[in-house]
Amino acid sequence: MSRRGIVVELLVPVVLVVLILGGYVWWRETANLNPTELRQLDWATIRGEAWEHIKLTVVSSVLVVLIAVPLGVVLTRRGMTWLSPIAVGIANIGQSAPSIGLIVLFYIWLNVHPFWTGFRVTVLTLTLYGILPVLRNTITGLRGVDRTLVEAARGLGMSAPARLLRVELPLALPVIMAGVRTTLILVVGTATLATFIDGGGLGDTINSGIQLYQFSVMVAGAVLVVALALVVEWVGRVLELVIRPRGV
Amino acid sequence: MSDTTRPVEATQTQAEPPGASGPGEVSGAEIVLTDVVKRYAGQDAAAVGGLTLTIPAGEIVMFVGPSGCGKTTSLKMINRLIEPTSGTIEIAGKDIRTQSENQLRRQIGYVIQGGSLFPHMTVEKNIAIVPKLLGWDRSRIHDRVTELLDLVGLDPERYRNRHPRELSGGQQQRVGVARGLAADPPVVLMDEPFGAVDPITRQRLQDELLSIQRELHKTIVCVTHDIDEAIKLGDRIVILREGAEVAQYDTPEVVLSAPADDFVADFVGAGSSLKALSLARVEDIELRHPTTAKVGDAVAKVTEQARANGDTAVVVLDDRGRPVGWPWLRQLRGDRIVRPEGELIDVDIRSTLNDALDSMLSSSHGAAVVTGERDQYLGVVDFDAVTTHIRLLEEQRGE
Ligand SMILES: Nc1ncnc2c1ncn2[C@@H]1O[C@H](COP(=O)(O)OP(=O)(O)OP(=O)(O)O)[C@@H](O)[C@H]1O
Ligand SMILES: [Mg+2]
Repeated sequence: MSRRGIVVELLVPVVLVVLILGGYVWWRETANLNPTELRQLDWATIRGEAWEHIKLTVVSSVLVVLIAVPLGVVLTRRGMTWLSPIAVGIANIGQSAPSIGLIVLFYIWLNVHPFWTGFRVTVLTLTLYGILPVLRNTITGLRGVDRTLVEAARGLGMSAPARLLRVELPLALPVIMAGVRTTLILVVGTATLATFIDGGGLGDTINSGIQLYQFSVMVAGAVLVVALALVVEWVGRVLELVIRPRGV
Repeated sequence: MSDTTRPVEATQTQAEPPGASGPGEVSGAEIVLTDVVKRYAGQDAAAVGGLTLTIPAGEIVMFVGPSGCGKTTSLKMINRLIEPTSGTIEIAGKDIRTQSENQLRRQIGYVIQGGSLFPHMTVEKNIAIVPKLLGWDRSRIHDRVTELLDLVGLDPERYRNRHPRELSGGQQQRVGVARGLAADPPVVLMDEPFGAVDPITRQRLQDELLSIQRELHKTIVCVTHDIDEAIKLGDRIVILREGAEVAQYDTPEVVLSAPADDFVADFVGAGSSLKALSLARVEDIELRHPTTAKVGDAVAKVTEQARANGDTAVVVLDDRGRPVGWPWLRQLRGDRIVRPEGELIDVDIRSTLNDALDSMLSSSHGAAVVTGERDQYLGVVDFDAVTTHIRLLEEQRGE
C-alpha cells in the first residue's frame, strides 16, 4: 500500500473517534440530565469502566498470543500437522458457542472458588473466545513461508530453533498480526458481556441503562464502547504496521 | 585487496574446514562418493542408484543431465539435506556422518537458484548468517561482508544495508554467492545458481564465478541443465542419465571431442565445432593494448598520446585499475576525463571465445575490453584475433 493510503487509513478512525467523543462530551455537558443519568454517567465512573474494559481486552489478547502462537508453531512442526485440524476445530467451537452462554456457564461453574472473580472468569472466556484467529493465522502464516527459504536456512546450518525464530516467524509475522488484530476487535466487543458476571467494563453502563429504563444511559454506554472498539482496532492496525519486518 | 584480509586465515580459529590452506593454494577439499543410493519412499526406481564419484580438491565439477535424473538429490546428499539410503560420502577423507548436520553444513557453502535470500534481512545480515552461527565477532563479520561484496562486484557501502527486494535478480544472485562463501568453506554446492537470470547477466555471473574461483580454489559442485554452462564453468563435467547413472565424467574437451556414447553425443548436441569456441578462452589469444587513461587525466594529453599510438578511442580506468568506459576520442569533452555514463560490457580473461564474440557484437568497437582478477584491466580482444585463432584451430584439426 502507498504511504498516502496508509496515512489516510490511520487518520480516518482518529477523526471518527474525536467526533464521537467530542459529541458525547458536548451532550454530557449541555444536556439537561436527571439525577439518575448524572449518577450513571459520572466522569469518574465512566473512566473506571473504560479502564476495566481496556484491561480485560489487553490481558485476554496477550494471553491469546501467548497460547495461540506457540500452539500454532507446535502444530506446524513435522509429524504434528495431523493434529492441527483437530485444534482448529476445537477453537472453532470455542468461537461459535454463544459468548454470553459461555461466560455465564464458566461463572456458575468456577465462581465457587474465590480465585475466580468476575474479572478473571471474563478473561478466561475472552481468551478462549479469541484464540481462533491467532491460531489459524499462525498456522496459515507458517505454512505460507516459502519452503525454499526454509531449506536454504537448513542448508546454511541453522538449527531448528534458529530457523523458527529468525526465518519462519519473521516471515509469518504479517499474517499472524492480522490474526491478532481480528482477535482484538472480537475481544473488545465481547468484553461488554463482563457486566453480567460482575466483571466490570463499559457493559456496566449499558446494563444499568437497561435495568433503570434510562434509554440515554444505555445509548451513551453503547457509543462509548464503539469509540473504544475503534481505538483498539486502530492500535491493532498500528501494531501490524510497526511490527511488520522491513523488506517483507 | 591485501593478503592479510584474505578469508582463508579467517576460519583458522573456528571450526577449521578440512583441507583449508593458505591463499593462492588449493583451499578446497576432495569429495568422494561411494556407491551412494537414494530411494524415496513410495517410489520403485531409485532417484540415485549407486553413484560413485571422486571430485578433486579445488576443481569445479558440473553435474548435467535431463530433468529428474537426480542431480539435485545427489548434490543435497553432500550437505545432508537429503540422507542417502545407503553408501558413504567423504569430504577430505572424513565421513560426513561423523559430525552433526549443522556443523557440517556450516563448512559447506550452499548457493541456490535466485539466491534464495531472506527478504526480511539486509544484504549484510544475509551474508553474515554462517559467520554468526560460527560465533565470529562483529567487527570481523563487518570486514568479511565488505570483502565479499567487493569480491562479487557490489559496492559494499551502497548495498550492505539494502533489502533483497531492492536488488535486481543478478544482484540477488551475487549476494547469494557471497553468502555461500561467507565462512570461507572448502566446499561449495550450487544448484542451478544462474538459472533465474537473463542470458547477459548469466554470462557476467559465470565470468565472475570463474574469476573468484581463480582466487579461492574451492571445490565447487554445481548443478546445471545447460550444457554450455557446464562446458564453460567446469574443470570436469559429469553427465548423468536417469537414476544419476554416470554417462561420462571427463574434462569438457574430452566430452566434446569424444562423447562416450549416443546419449552423451545427443546431450552435448549438434554444432560441436562451434561449441569448440566455448572451449577456447580469451586467455589463449593475444590481447591488443590500446591507449588507456585514468579518470581525472587531462583530456589534451590523453588525446595527443592516443593520436601518437594511432588509436581513435581510449580505455578509461578508475582509480583501482578497473575499466569503466571506452569512449571515442571525439566523445572526450572538457578538461579532464570523467567517468563515462552507462556500463561498460567487458569480458573476463577466462571467458570463452563464444562469450567474447557476443560482447564484441554488442560493442561499436567490434572488440571487447578484457578484465582479470577483481576486474583489473588487461587489454582488448578483437574480431581479427578471434578469427585468426579459429583458423589456427581448423588447421590443427585438419592435420
Ligand atoms: N522429496 C522427494 N520425494 C519423492 N521423490 C522425489 C523427491 N525429490 C525428488 N524426487 C524424485 O527423484 C528424482 C530425481 O529428482 P531430482 O530433483 O534430484 O532431479 P534433478 O536432476 O535435480 O531434476 P531438475 O533438473 O528438474 O531439477 C525425480 O524423479 C523426482 O521426481
Ligand atoms: Mg534439480
